[in-house]
Amino acid sequence: MSETLDPPRTAEAADGDGAHGATPADRSGTERTAAAATTDQPWPARGKDAVVPPRSARLRGRARGFGTFLRHRPGLAVSLVFVAFVLLAAVAPGIVAPGDPLTGEPADKLQGPGAEHLFGTDQLGRDVFTRLVHGTSLSLRATALAVVVALVLGTSLGLAAGFVGGVVDDAVMRLVDVLQAIPRLLLSLAVITALGFGTTKVAFAVGLASAAGFARVMRAEVLRVRSAGYVEAAHACGVRPTGVLLRHILPNSWGPVLVMAALEFGVAILAVSSLSFLGFGATPPTPEWGSLVSEGRNYVATAWWLTAFPGLVIAATVLAANRISRALDTERGDDR
Amino acid sequence: MARYLVRRLLQALFVLWAAFTLSYFVLFALPSDPVGIKLGGIDSTATPEEIAAVRDEYGIGDPVLLQYVKALRNAVTGDFGHSVQTGGEVRGMIADALPETLELTGLALLLTLVFGVGLALAATYARTRRLRQFLLSLPALGISMPVFWVGLLLIQVVSFQWRALPALGNEGFDSLILPAITMALPASAFIAQILAKSMTTALASPYIDTARAKGASRARIHIHHALRNAALPALTVFGVLAGNLLTESVVVETVFSRAGLGRVTAFAVDTQDVPVVQGVVVLSALVFVLVSLLVDLLYPLLDPRIATVPARRV
Repeated sequence: MSETLDPPRTAEAADGDGAHGATPADRSGTERTAAAATTDQPWPARGKDAVVPPRSARLRGRARGFGTFLRHRPGLAVSLVFVAFVLLAAVAPGIVAPGDPLTGEPADKLQGPGAEHLFGTDQLGRDVFTRLVHGTSLSLRATALAVVVALVLGTSLGLAAGFVGGVVDDAVMRLVDVLQAIPRLLLSLAVITALGFGTTKVAFAVGLASAAGFARVMRAEVLRVRSAGYVEAAHACGVRPTGVLLRHILPNSWGPVLVMAALEFGVAILAVSSLSFLGFGATPPTPEWGSLVSEGRNYVATAWWLTAFPGLVIAATVLAANRISRALDTERGDDR
Repeated sequence: MARYLVRRLLQALFVLWAAFTLSYFVLFALPSDPVGIKLGGIDSTATPEEIAAVRDEYGIGDPVLLQYVKALRNAVTGDFGHSVQTGGEVRGMIADALPETLELTGLALLLTLVFGVGLALAATYARTRRLRQFLLSLPALGISMPVFWVGLLLIQVVSFQWRALPALGNEGFDSLILPAITMALPASAFIAQILAKSMTTALASPYIDTARAKGASRARIHIHHALRNAALPALTVFGVLAGNLLTESVVVETVFSRAGLGRVTAFAVDTQDVPVVQGVVVLSALVFVLVSLLVDLLYPLLDPRIATVPARRV
């Protein structure tokens, strides 16, 4: 069964991750890149080969073009293609899977994966692939909403804490401390208890539960930028505080927060689908990634494809999203 | 040391109080209607008088601040009121369900440690580049997998194809293994990622050269010199990890149809049973605080230099 559960894209993406140093831990002494040597190695690497290449070489490297860049990172390329396909499914599910996700052919019920039904059919004869494709939009929108809520709320809190300082800073940071002491899943569950059920509320709950991390990073960045010369200059020139905040501090401090938002996508997909699996998301028969898995749960013994494929798509999407956001992180490191 | 302990305990108390207050206002200020759900939801046949009687019983009519002060006073003694749904005492419900979940979480934590540390050590110890890269790419895979999916796959393969372990229920140690592995896989990927990173850093530092020059074996350098220094970042996240595993039981116990705190929580959220949810939130904050405190006290044992450094923030 493992070969059906592990299609090439997962394996390749994982391989690419390892081969191209997405996690800093990958970079052993001989293959350390400029990014690694400049960003996250506390002490200089040993040996000649770890010396940072000259700036001209780095520029030439960047000029080689996006195609070459991707060819050296097969994991990243596969991730991009996969995410593009998922986005297409979200925007135009009818093109990817023309069938009807809600009605099925009872005669075709519980058929295994094959040419007719790529991912098989469920107990009502509905095509699993079609349902998966049509559930993509809802799941991805919930994920995006969760990331936006976390980003906006966390960034605002962090900005206020870092810029105003004093009592506001203390209050916000204590709040962040407490939010980080409660597991995020539980925090989302508490918010859902209060708000009620539904995909939008789930997304909101996930976003609220993730805001604390953003606030912390944003505050640290604001504190770093606030003492910079150009901020003092702006103050001295008589720029109003809101002007300083929006024109000078915000644009110079949101980099790490945006990278964090990219990484948050994978986390949010998992959180949203977990809550949807628990039954707090869309009401049946509306398909959603997490609820598709829980619908197939009663047939685990006889129809493995009902749970295996939706779960596989979730895992592959998270993997691809993480790979891409880590690439963004590394490239940012290169630019600095 | 005594002053440090007192300070940490005060911080812990603050976090507990704030978790209680925060959850209190989130749960009670936002529009949920536990009484309505208890009396049969939208198509309820309860008369307004009946509803008013139940509301009085739970003190829902009182001003919010008065309710809060009352609830806080009760919570200090461990009394989180009664479940709206079952009428049982929240403290009792949690106490009844907790042992099963603690067994599960404990085993999962142990497996997390074994898998995570094992993988990180194997990955950094591997001599060939290929093997090292393969091992280092595993954590990225592990943290991408939905927990519920891992559980269902394990049930499919281990319980139904191999018929090796039970798929459902709480009977004996056998039924504990699959849920614990399910919980441990993503968590150990998380630990392995952190540990492998700090191991790589540690192995590149000068004192490793010194140890090698003195003739220490590769294994000894790895375990005795590098791991001991690299363990701290992984240890730091243990408080978060313990809390996460405890909460993950909501998903895992649902997948494996186990009784326990996770099921109690899932049911409470499902029925908007506010007192129960609040009790669980405060409990998880307590677990986080206790584990973090324990970890902080362990620090000096691993790294004597830390004893003189003032307390970190939680």
